[in-house]
Amino acid sequence: MTAKLSNAQIAWRAAQDIQDGAYVNLGIGFPEMVAKFKPDGREVIYHTENGILDFGEAPPVGEEDWDLINAGKKAVTLNPGAAFFHHADSFAMVRGGHLDVAILGAYEVAENGDLANWSTGPGSVPAVGGAMDLVHGAKNVVVITDHVTKKGEPKLVKKCSLPLTGVGCVTRIYTSLAVIDIVNQRFVLREKLPGMSVEELQAVTGAELVIDGTVGDLNVPEL
Amino acid sequence: MDKICPTIDDALSVIEDDMVVMIGGFGGAGAPIELIHALVERYKKTGSPARLTVVNNNAGNGDVGIAAMIYAGMVAKMVCSFPRSSDPKAFTEKYLAGQIGLELVPQGTLAERIRAGGAGIPAFYTPTSFGTELAEGKPIEEFEGRKYVQERWLKADVAIIKAEKADRKGNLTYRKAARNFAPLMAMAAKVTVVQASEVVEPGRIDAEQVITPGLFVDRIVEVPNPQQEEALLRQGAK
Repeated sequence: MTAKLSNAQIAWRAAQDIQDGAYVNLGIGFPEMVAKFKPDGREVIYHTENGILDFGEAPPVGEEDWDLINAGKKAVTLNPGAAFFHHADSFAMVRGGHLDVAILGAYEVAENGDLANWSTGPGSVPAVGGAMDLVHGAKNVVVITDHVTKKGEPKLVKKCSLPLTGVGCVTRIYTSLAVIDIVNQRFVLREKLPGMSVEELQAVTGAELVIDGTVGDLNVPEL
Repeated sequence: MDKICPTIDDALSVIEDDMVVMIGGFGGAGAPIELIHALVERYKKTGSPARLTVVNNNAGNGDVGIAAMIYAGMVAKMVCSFPRSSDPKAFTEKYLAGQIGLELVPQGTLAERIRAGGAGIPAFYTPTSFGTELAEGKPIEEFEGRKYVQERWLKADVAIIKAEKADRKGNLTYRKAARNFAPLMAMAAKVTVVQASEVVEPGRIDAEQVITPGLFVDRIVEVPNPQQEEALLRQGAK
């Protein structure tokens, strides 16, 4: 039995559900890894909030053009058919419901779809970036995350304790242990690690897991 | 009509104490480094322009660009979405010491507030930030069963931006993703000052390729081979 999925394996699993032709925004950091695992034969167009559609991989070291960067301020390249646009157009794409999927990280997700992923509370310099915009408008707002915090506390909770990024916005969660949809303000379990019982999963989840139909096995390759 | 200024200092002479200044750029892409550094030099020599409110997505990185303005002490307040960077020391130190103000605005809301300022729209409703601490105190309205937050326009006394090409009538193009906030800021400021990497004759920018029409631009200075903030930082610039 695998104790839990690695970040790469969570990203791989999330990537399998991105459809051919989808317009996708990947959040800064861990979500960027999803692009690596796009299934062959599917064409996915990536949006970055600073104003590019259809950017590609990072250029080789030494060939960076620092006017060609993503939202994480990393150098990128362009795919044939890429487009530049200003910030108001970029966020019209976000808020206007034109993106198919936004994939984000999380500190906490509540069973009603509330997301906390931008602030750990007072004591530091607050910085929000595009997080509060990205959780509105995309047809699917997807979270990828470890199932529990480094201290072992549930990240999937009844109610978020940290400052919210958005209310009732998350539609699906890929964790290190399970795939969970948010339906009618409940966590509906879709897949779990095959070696783990529902009871064991429930014990590390902060709100009730609803079973609605078959729970599939969360199978991923070694990466 | 000729909006070309002979020198950077001449182009920037409209900036005075206590003004709201929008500065183009997202991180290093689009940052008008030569204009910013000329302002810093002027402040160091004359003590002016002081107490500026600066609008930008970020709040400076390392010790160049907006960070240099903050270190110099000429910025009273930042209006931005993400005052963090790989080296945010300039802003962080002043902020934690209570020496600089911060209005934190979600990135898309910042862009739309600037657009609204330029478009004559005093307020608008957005789903962004509803139910969060950044919506506290703002009017909420329901449209088609969903709640939205009222946000107000954002305007500036002066915008300073970087363009790739400009003609004397003020038509602009931008380089790659360096465009970001610049076309919006050019609309939202009373006076828009542009550093252009190349100034060309009217007509040399195809009318179909103009990104910012000249009407939004007031003063242009040519800065060939401009510095790039990220490249400067990677060279360890001071």
